[in-house]
Amino acid sequence: MNRRHIPLVTELPLVIWLVLVWGALWQDFSPGTLLFGAVIAYVVVNFFYLPPVELTGRFNVLWLVPFLGRFLFQLVTASVEVFWLAVTRGPRLRNAVVAVALRSHSDFLVTATGHAISLIPGSLVLEVDRSTSTLYLHCLNVRSAEDAEAVRRDVRATEAWLIRVMGSARDLAALRAEEARR
Amino acid sequence: MVNDVVVSVLLIGGALMSLAAGIGLVRFPDLLSRMHAATKPQVLGLLLLLLALAVENENWLLVPVLVLCWVFQLLTSPVSAHMVGRAGYRTRHLRRDLLTLDELDDVVARAAESHPPRPDRTGGTGREDDGGRA
Repeated sequence: MNRRHIPLVTELPLVIWLVLVWGALWQDFSPGTLLFGAVIAYVVVNFFYLPPVELTGRFNVLWLVPFLGRFLFQLVTASVEVFWLAVTRGPRLRNAVVAVALRSHSDFLVTATGHAISLIPGSLVLEVDRSTSTLYLHCLNVRSAEDAEAVRRDVRATEAWLIRVMGSARDLAALRAEEARR
Repeated sequence: MVNDVVVSVLLIGGALMSLAAGIGLVRFPDLLSRMHAATKPQVLGLLLLLLALAVENENWLLVPVLVLCWVFQLLTSPVSAHMVGRAGYRTRHLRRDLLTLDELDDVVARAAESHPPRPDRTGGTGREDDGGRA
């Protein structure tokens, strides 16, 4: 098999994650379990070969906490909203397919943004255009162009948060410049 | 006593989210709207149920397992929603009369014009793109 050798540093986040999963499943975080988990993780990573996920090399925990807070808040409000729509509007619902152009061209960040907005009820990623970083979303209860504009603003705000948490330095600089212009 | 109250509130909250999904499935008009009801409320519902378990058990070693359950739900639920939604849109299982706006339609139409469907493909609608190979 012809495979590119991946340096251990690139694999490290994956190995650490697998060790944590191993510990969690055994409900035991003693050194012996973790060591054995590390051996298994190393074997798994090399045996079940996957192309490495290209992280951006930045991770800011200080921005992660408010991002998670915002995410949970949106999750609760949107869940209640979908519940309310199901009960009151039901079959008379009007939806829209909205195109949202993202700033970042990193696959990792586009995926993360798509995930975050899909998890919040009311929006669903139908299609992704990688070449232009455009997400096509199906959104519940969009009755006018203003509603669609609100969806776009909201998604781009989510992306901005993710760039602050783990975007590349270039994306972050672009975001700062955009905010300064406003 | 306090624990029991918290646990029952969390469990009822989680169950209500399942109810929301059920009502949504019955009442929403087309496939894509139903996908919202079928996949989304569980993210919060499962979180509430897992929190109830954590409070009830008072054993910190259980917490990582519960976190893991939720993380895998977070990772898989958008993917399945996307796959069904994408397939539904491509096979035109949606009611266009319910859409106030469709910005994907123009893009698909333009792509179909610049890449006419190959004659060897049978059963095609002439509107598919390259299946994500680009």
